[in-house]
Amino acid sequence: MSRVIVVTSGKGGVGKTTCTANLGSALVKLGKKVALVDADFGLRNLDLLLGLENRVVYTAVEAIAGECRIEQALVKDKRQSGLVLLPAAQNRNKESVTPTQMKQLIMKLNKAFDYILVDSPAGIEMGFRNAISAAREALIVTTPEITAVRDADRVVGLLEAYGIKRTRLIVNRLKPDMIKMNEMMSVEDVLEILAIPLLGIVPDDKQVIIASNRGEPLVLGDQKTSVPATAFLNIARRLEGEKVPLLDLMADQDGFLGKIRRFFAG
Amino acid sequence: MIQELLEKLLNWQDNKSGDEAKRRLKLVIAHDRIGLSSEKVEQMRQEILEVVAKYVEIDPEDMEFDLSSSDRMTALVANLPIRRIKDENPPE
Repeated sequence: MSRVIVVTSGKGGVGKTTCTANLGSALVKLGKKVALVDADFGLRNLDLLLGLENRVVYTAVEAIAGECRIEQALVKDKRQSGLVLLPAAQNRNKESVTPTQMKQLIMKLNKAFDYILVDSPAGIEMGFRNAISAAREALIVTTPEITAVRDADRVVGLLEAYGIKRTRLIVNRLKPDMIKMNEMMSVEDVLEILAIPLLGIVPDDKQVIIASNRGEPLVLGDQKTSVPATAFLNIARRLEGEKVPLLDLMADQDGFLGKIRRFFAG
Repeated sequence: MIQELLEKLLNWQDNKSGDEAKRRLKLVIAHDRIGLSSEKVEQMRQEILEVVAKYVEIDPEDMEFDLSSSDRMTALVANLPIRRIKDENPPE
């Protein structure tokens, strides 16, 4: 039995797909077998972040229609054995698949993988309902911005209504320097409002964009120099039930001297 | 330049946008969670006031009437200071 987890947010552009790709990759690094399902039909992007865009032959839609077997639609990652992608269709729209069909499809993967991470589209319409149809758990991705938090709150309520009880939060794109100036809501502020358990925090970092340019999940690179890579690995370990303390991102911004001090402290 | 510096110093403890965001979010989320628009809430406030006013005299200036949310529970908080109890049998 795999753990089926939907990654969702309500608002678009907060980093759902980035989180899905990196968490998938991080879980494989911990020795797990992971299937990533792109449920964003019509606007697929997970293949691009994983660098697998040229290897997509069949998609979830063909597998649902019976035009191929589900194994044929899975794209295996050559860099990490244990990671596969079930791509979304790019040409059909979100209404062409129903939640029941999506659930049946995902359940076919149930035996072969430890984790199935479903990347949900933005919004709360049919595409969202397809994405959550098979999920037993949810990860809500938000940024500390007023619009993203509001939409996240809507989604928390909807997940509750659809019977998904285990919902946890990832706060993405944190800018510690702005929080210090009190020009951005802190993680504590966001938690106070959303009132769901926190799974992890990911700082706003140039490396996230560089990694997506290259189609290479961050955790495949050098983690020692990458704070976001460590953040994603820590989140994966927490998913596994390990107690990993949160990174102290606020201390990370204490300027040049602090950086030197940490360099010598190892 | 000195004026700018002074203004910065004076505004040091001023309301920063982080607090503002949190305050606005709390309010809008309280409304989102019960699915009522602000007009509906205002209508409800008026009607509750009418009912209360039948029995006691309240001070419309000092009253509080808010939706507030904490821990995924939304509450309607009304604080209506009573000026005086209405006399059941007013003198003829």
